[in-house]
Amino acid sequence: MLKIDELKVSYGGIEAVKGITFEVPERQIVTLIGANGAGKSTTLRTIAGLVKPASGRIHLQGEDITGLSPDKIVSKGITLVPEGRRVFPDLTVLENLKIGAYLRSDNLEDDLKWVYDLFPRLQERSWQAAGTLSGGEQQMLAVGRALMSRPKIIMMDEPSLGLAPLVVKGIFEIIREINKQGVTVLLIEQNANMALHTADLGYVLETGKITLTGPGRELLANEDVKKAYLGS
Amino acid sequence: MTQQKNKKGAVLALLGCLLLLAAVVLLENVSVFLPPESVPNVLKPTSQLFAVLKKGAVYSLAAVSMNLLNGFTGLFSLGQAGFMLLGAYTYAILSVPVAERAAVYYLYGGSAVNFSFQDLFGSLFGTEGVGGAVSMGLGVMAAMVLAGCVAAAFAYLIGLPVLRLKSDYLAIATLGFAEIIKAVFQWQALGPVTNGANMIKSFPTFSSFNITGAGGKVILRLSTFFPFLVAILCIAVICMLINSSYGRAFKAIREDEIAAEAMGINLAKHKMLSFCTSAFFAGVSGALFAMFVTNAQAKVYTTTMTYEILLIVVIGGIGSISGSCIATFLYVACSEWWLRFLDNETVLASGVKLPFLRSGFRMVVFSVVIMIVVLFFRRGIMGDKELPDLFRRRKTRKEAAQ
Repeated sequence: MLKIDELKVSYGGIEAVKGITFEVPERQIVTLIGANGAGKSTTLRTIAGLVKPASGRIHLQGEDITGLSPDKIVSKGITLVPEGRRVFPDLTVLENLKIGAYLRSDNLEDDLKWVYDLFPRLQERSWQAAGTLSGGEQQMLAVGRALMSRPKIIMMDEPSLGLAPLVVKGIFEIIREINKQGVTVLLIEQNANMALHTADLGYVLETGKITLTGPGRELLANEDVKKAYLGS
Repeated sequence: MTQQKNKKGAVLALLGCLLLLAAVVLLENVSVFLPPESVPNVLKPTSQLFAVLKKGAVYSLAAVSMNLLNGFTGLFSLGQAGFMLLGAYTYAILSVPVAERAAVYYLYGGSAVNFSFQDLFGSLFGTEGVGGAVSMGLGVMAAMVLAGCVAAAFAYLIGLPVLRLKSDYLAIATLGFAEIIKAVFQWQALGPVTNGANMIKSFPTFSSFNITGAGGKVILRLSTFFPFLVAILCIAVICMLINSSYGRAFKAIREDEIAAEAMGINLAKHKMLSFCTSAFFAGVSGALFAMFVTNAQAKVYTTTMTYEILLIVVIGGIGSISGSCIATFLYVACSEWWLRFLDNETVLASGVKLPFLRSGFRMVVFSVVIMIVVLFFRRGIMGDKELPDLFRRRKTRKEAAQ
């Protein structure tokens, strides 16, 4: 569904992503794992259009979307849940959700209902300022906000960042639920264990290059991955 | 359910505005309807009250337009006076009747612009009686809309480079723009258009809207009604913009640019939209200000004026339209009327001279007030709430108590 081909990204001369090629098949959960500075976030930000690539191509369902502006990419069906949640703190939960659907002009009622069904907690808090939510609730809101654009692919940048283990478990359950309902998920995580348990397909990224590929369960069993990321 | 609530709110707001306009008309016509002996001093047409109301209407539009940019979109711009100047001059240049131009531009041997909306509509509807009133009103409206458009066009041009800047840098760049505009309009070489450093006058002002009968006797005063009408219309448009999906996008940009961009909001486009809209209404308020002071003169549109408006926005609450309006009238009433006594040396009946009271002390008091506001009431009068929110909160609290 999403094909990344020889993608290179550099920040002022320093190459953060050194020519990576990978694929995100439709209706699967795909994860990129790797240490800090491996280029995971940069890859996602480039796909979302927030950073322009130095070279390489990005195709969505056969259509070249390389270098398009973020609003075009969102309207093509790719949404990013940014790192650190980044909800709009002074706006209400409902306003946050409506901003997620900014590029759509059709009726939002069904999608609001869909998001509220996924996250009943958000409905209870719909008139509350997003900044007053707990970390886990803010992450739910960030995911819900991204879902409001009716994406084909939802990309999540470290959804477990700074959350308690129990809350992280809940978030991953929701990721599976969203995927079951037909949304393709591209996930990057420091929490490799959790991510690989959830993912259909995993890629290991090391200093700007992909070094290992395989189904999530297989990577979990891989000795190198175990040593480097799972700490056993 | 929510839509019904919105409709009800809109109807209430409309009723409120109509009531306010009616109250203004009644207030300023007390002196017309009652015999002169029974009119209290404060309601006479020369009273400070009406100067405050007129200036308040003009400034509230300027403050709300600044709030749209600074409070709702989070772009800290200090170019307000520059855009008001553009609006004031555009209005003045396009409204001085051609017959008056030789007298206004006598230093430059007449004006280079030989067109005015007053003459255009005058030739269509006549210049006397009802036709005259219609052509005067339409001429003023057309010139005012164009004043806004010119300000918005300039905003677009300078926005192209300047809106890439953030926070303080944007403030410095827009401040510089306002100063440059002021200097350019006083430039002798542009004299035939701008009248150089001299003022442009002889255009329709607020008092042109008073309806006079035979012998020049005023039948109905509308000189305070007119600025209120224009300000309410413009502020209503800004309210609608803020409550639309564009308004939500503005707020999203204010809160978090990166997240807003990731949600598919085109930053450049929306910042420009907000900047130009703000400039448009600043231009209209500039035209109103020219009508209020009955002349257009570049040296009035100083940085101090921008700071005055910024102060109003901060006192009213950054991100609150009703707060800006309330703060405007409080501020204007204090500076023009209630605190005037601070500037006069006063000797009590017992012969004791009150300390501190002398010319300039008013500004000292203002400065202290600003410091107190910034230190202890940083959210201003209204914070980012609007008037209806206050009632709504009370209601939900009551419901919760039951």
